[in-house]
Amino acid sequence: MLHSHLHAAVARRAFLGKTAQGVGAVALASLASPEVASAAALRGVLDPPPLPQKAKRVIWLTMAGGPSHLETFDHKPKLAEMDGQPMPESMTKGQQLAQLQGAKLTCFGPQHPFKPMGPNGTHICELFPQIGSVLGDICLIRSMTTDAINHDPAHMFMNTGSQIAGRPSMGSWVTYGLGSEAADLPGFVVLTSLGKGGQNQPIAARQWSSGFLPSKYQGVQLRGKGDPVLYLGNPTGVTRDRQGLDIAAINVLNAQHDALTGDPEIATRIAQYEMAFAMQASVPGLMDMAAESPATFELYGCQPGDGSFASNCMLARRLAERGVRFIQLYHKDWDHHGGVKEGITFKTQEIDRACMALITDLKNHGMLDSTLIVWAGEFGRTPMSQGGSGRDHHNKAMSVWLAGGGIKGGLVYGSTDDLGYAAVEDVCTVHDLHATMLNRLGIRHDAFTVKFQGLDAKLTGVEGARVLDTILA
Amino acid sequence: MVHSFVKPTRTFWISLLAFGSAAAIFSPATAADADVVSFNRDIRPILSDNCFYCHGPDASHRQADLRLDLRDEAVAAKAIVLGKPAESSLVVRINSTDPDELMPPPESHKKLDAKQKALLTRWIEQGAEYQKHWAYEPPVKATVPAGAQAIDHLVRQRLVKLGLEPSPEADRRTLIRRLSFDLTGLPPTPTEVEAFVADPSPDAYEKLVERLLASQHYGERMAIGWLDVVRFADTIGYHSDNPRNVWPYRDYVIKSFNDNKPFDRFTIEQLAGDLVPDANQETRIASAFNRILLTTEEGGAQAKDYEARMLTDRVRAVGAVWLGQTTGCSGCHDHKFDPITMRDFYSLGAFFADIEERAIGKREDGMVVAPPEELKKLADLDAALAAARKTLDAVTPQLDAAQKQWEHDVVAYEVTLPELKLDAPAKPEEKKAAEQTAAALKKEFAKRNGAEREAIQKYFRTRVSPELFRAEQDGFAKAEKDRNDFYGPLTKCLVSVKKATPSVVRILPRGNWMDESGEVMKPAFPAYLPAPKIEGREPNRLDLAQWLVSRDNPLTARVVMNRLWKQFFGTGLSRVLDDLGAQGEPPVNPELLDWLACEFMDSKWDMKHMVRTIVSSATYRQSSIASAEKIAADPGNRELARQSAYRVDAELVRDAALATSSLLVRTIGGPSVKPYQPDGYWENLNFPPRTYPADVGEKQYRRGLYTWWQRSFLHPSMLAFDAPSREECCAERTRSNIPQQALALLNDPTYVEASRAFAARIMKECTGTPEERVAWAWKQALQRLPRVEEMETVMPLYRQQLAAYQADPAAADALLKVGFTPAPADLDKPELAAWTHVARVLFNLHETITRN
Repeated sequence: MLHSHLHAAVARRAFLGKTAQGVGAVALASLASPEVASAAALRGVLDPPPLPQKAKRVIWLTMAGGPSHLETFDHKPKLAEMDGQPMPESMTKGQQLAQLQGAKLTCFGPQHPFKPMGPNGTHICELFPQIGSVLGDICLIRSMTTDAINHDPAHMFMNTGSQIAGRPSMGSWVTYGLGSEAADLPGFVVLTSLGKGGQNQPIAARQWSSGFLPSKYQGVQLRGKGDPVLYLGNPTGVTRDRQGLDIAAINVLNAQHDALTGDPEIATRIAQYEMAFAMQASVPGLMDMAAESPATFELYGCQPGDGSFASNCMLARRLAERGVRFIQLYHKDWDHHGGVKEGITFKTQEIDRACMALITDLKNHGMLDSTLIVWAGEFGRTPMSQGGSGRDHHNKAMSVWLAGGGIKGGLVYGSTDDLGYAAVEDVCTVHDLHATMLNRLGIRHDAFTVKFQGLDAKLTGVEGARVLDTILA
Repeated sequence: MVHSFVKPTRTFWISLLAFGSAAAIFSPATAADADVVSFNRDIRPILSDNCFYCHGPDASHRQADLRLDLRDEAVAAKAIVLGKPAESSLVVRINSTDPDELMPPPESHKKLDAKQKALLTRWIEQGAEYQKHWAYEPPVKATVPAGAQAIDHLVRQRLVKLGLEPSPEADRRTLIRRLSFDLTGLPPTPTEVEAFVADPSPDAYEKLVERLLASQHYGERMAIGWLDVVRFADTIGYHSDNPRNVWPYRDYVIKSFNDNKPFDRFTIEQLAGDLVPDANQETRIASAFNRILLTTEEGGAQAKDYEARMLTDRVRAVGAVWLGQTTGCSGCHDHKFDPITMRDFYSLGAFFADIEERAIGKREDGMVVAPPEELKKLADLDAALAAARKTLDAVTPQLDAAQKQWEHDVVAYEVTLPELKLDAPAKPEEKKAAEQTAAALKKEFAKRNGAEREAIQKYFRTRVSPELFRAEQDGFAKAEKDRNDFYGPLTKCLVSVKKATPSVVRILPRGNWMDESGEVMKPAFPAYLPAPKIEGREPNRLDLAQWLVSRDNPLTARVVMNRLWKQFFGTGLSRVLDDLGAQGEPPVNPELLDWLACEFMDSKWDMKHMVRTIVSSATYRQSSIASAEKIAADPGNRELARQSAYRVDAELVRDAALATSSLLVRTIGGPSVKPYQPDGYWENLNFPPRTYPADVGEKQYRRGLYTWWQRSFLHPSMLAFDAPSREECCAERTRSNIPQQALALLNDPTYVEASRAFAARIMKECTGTPEERVAWAWKQALQRLPRVEEMETVMPLYRQQLAAYQADPAAADALLKVGFTPAPADLDKPELAAWTHVARVLFNLHETITRN
């Protein structure tokens, strides 16, 4: 269907291009025709998805650096009592440690008080009053674990379900499976923001790579500075009209070449130039937040174009409105080896209101039910002190939360031991999280495979994963 | 018999439909083929994909203690009753309507179709003969009639069976364009095209092939695929993704292809260039192969974790580069489809346990790569430094005694160092050194670390008592500076150095590096492949390398020829380039792949001979344009009744534009270069944060393969056109067609500047009418004249753009300023701007970036 659509459009354009008016005006006018736009939107391989689709899209808030669960969402009064005492060796013996290898292990009490919030009086850190105000929409998982303990492999594991490079990230999997409804935007979009604390860990582009899936499913980074999408802007001196003339000529010449060679790639190439030209108009429109109301800026607590996490949250809602399937935000600076107390204070200022605003805003737009929001780092942090003021990387316990499409709000799932060292009840793996997310999107994680290196490769790996049924709405 | 047709003959049915007549193509040979079910061709792919996961080589995951990969066991278990499908539980189970009985089980989401079930049934009926997996059998060289071109003979043998006709030879312009891209990666010049088109000699084509094979750009072209599969990059990959010294290895690869180094030697040098008896600078650079894997400098990384990562990375590399085996699976469990065990995996890894390296942290500088006279000079400077150190050491006890006395006095009398007095006229760096010294002095002697002791010593010697043994101190400082000044700019390369005691390699249960309970493994060849017996000593990397390219190894030559085939036809003979195992694809034309593999070995691994043989074939020289019927009969062109058209690799997209614009600098080799890149593209790199100063001068205009390969953020234009990040071995690039390609070709300053430079050529080198100029430009970029309808499309574009720029000269100015090379001042600006648009349109055409 796609091809015949395009052929019709291109043939028409090629014909018009030869009229007395020249290539320019007529061809240009037809560039953004709806039939081409609909053909350009990505189709998924699961059409329709095999399970009931509770969420149509994902907004993944990645807290890069590894947030401490002990200063955010996991309440551990016992750890406060044990502050300064040796960590029980029975807990830590033979376990993975990062920078604390060989060091004396001492309990380090939570650095901020917790207080009950939300409909069920869930204890969370008192520095998150805004998130606390929407806890009724949030399912908090306190029993999350991961395999990796260093940032880079841990992000890879969280995004691709594997610590080996070359696997598709979840955004690519989901876009591959479900396609995208955005005709003139990529189906998988990535935004990053920096924190004020100065512990901004590097993030590699492989985190949004499509791996062994076709490149069209790769995440496209929307940048705060310069061209929002790489090479989006015309060369200096080239107006949109002049750009349009060139693209029209390119497409007409390609169509003429197609008539002689019958190379099916040419129709695709023509569609890509049309998509590129459409993106050149749509992305600046997307990024231009002037149309948003002052009340909205107030809700998020940001200024237009300030590049903050809050501003990216607002952009995420705009992307969601435009049909983008998978939106991933990276907010950095959670790597609190030292100064976790001050560090967390910074972070709460940056994200507390923004997270609440995103949930509220989506709800106001009637989109929270169809949007799955995930808040997660790449690992948790040790209940042991590092250098007297910080915490080391830790993979046995971390807190994450989900909200929106098909998720039971006001719920706490799983727990860690008294010191917050290891998840003990309803232990949840990264693959379980992925399986649950896919389930909400209408995808059976164990049947969603692509042949790679001889294996039916899955996002959820070879060892099996379970959907967390209790948290499903 | 309908049911016995699987993949290789699928096209038969399509062609049957297409031609509407079975008689035309139903030759006796086809009928005979169809009768006998072949295990390798028909059965193994079904069993492997559907059954081996639970009933295959991996003992730990085996269900019901049943193996279907071994005939005796399958028969003993009555899964197969020879000749009696109805009594065979395999057949009963695959046809069961009871979900509890059905195989494969419904929860596996695997399902056999009617054709597959029929094949299995007929196979058992015929006696269920097993065959060893095709790729583990030695390749057999088919007999080719005297005088016949082997490739053409073996391809046409199948075409006849399938009722397909080969396509006619492509026209000469297409041939030279195809050959130039395939052998040098650059488009031909119009002069070269004209000379070839006009050459009446019968060996015109052969002469052209020889000329291109002799070009220094041949090595560059061949290097691209090799650098992908060995994952060559300028940076370490993980986390901070910092640079390391490896570019001489890239040049080694280029030179080896240009010198036509036999592939067996090429292999041996890379794996064991430090161990060969005639080791020299070149072979040691080759051994950088063992060092170009991913490493980390992340704080908190654990040595054992990364030792395990590096071991598995290397075993995967051997699998991808030479064996065509997905060895990686066996790091955690015995392979589920192929006979690679965990023992095989870790004993392969043990070959690399002798490499001297840090598991984590910054890589060392590496070996100095320099001509002998410079190495001599460095040795002299090192000797001078050692002598100066000795002289200084001789007086050190006295210096130290004096220092001790001074330290005592400072501490005892609470002396404030002069630089730290309030009104001291000290420079900031002097103040800093004094602060560090004062802080260090506050600590007890035993508690000072190395840096603190050094700070005190340096302060004492330079500030407190500079005259004490001045000559000795100065002599040392000068010798050190001379040596470092000379050493700093020298080229270095990470290489393999054998350490005295190899690291201990253990089987890691489930791949878990924290579990040290596994058996210690020594280097050994995979047990399922033929291998030499090495007695009285442990085999080493050199043995591994020699085994990979030994005549006994059934895999390497096939793997390498299969990859080479893809370079010239767009798809491998076996489609999955990095997996010739059970889950890969049996080659469409096994006789042809085997012939190529045997010829490669018979020719003593002569790569140019193989390239020449392939491109000289009539099969290669066919036209890629075919009738709709022919395309429908074989959409993927697996049977080669025509050539294929496909977009050229990322590097070549760049090279073609630079070559046509005459901006290209054709220097071979050297440090990697930094073409224009959008500002802030590296903003997510850290430790340290990095800027990207684009290179100026000649380095801005080098070929794409010299682009700085930053693994975590590969250059966006390269990435857009599917260049891999080279974090993992990449045997096969994807070939996508995405909007980012349009944006890069339209707006990347590289292409805008190249368009303008090409426009200047159009105006200067062709002084005719605008129509004549368009024709000239077409010949430069596409090596042909424009067709009437193309002229009718471009001329209005030119006129419209010209009028627009004449009305808006400032816009012309702005456009012409893109790029570091200034626009010629003597050309009319609006006109140059308008021609820049025409040039840009040409560079963006599908045809321009397609080799057909």
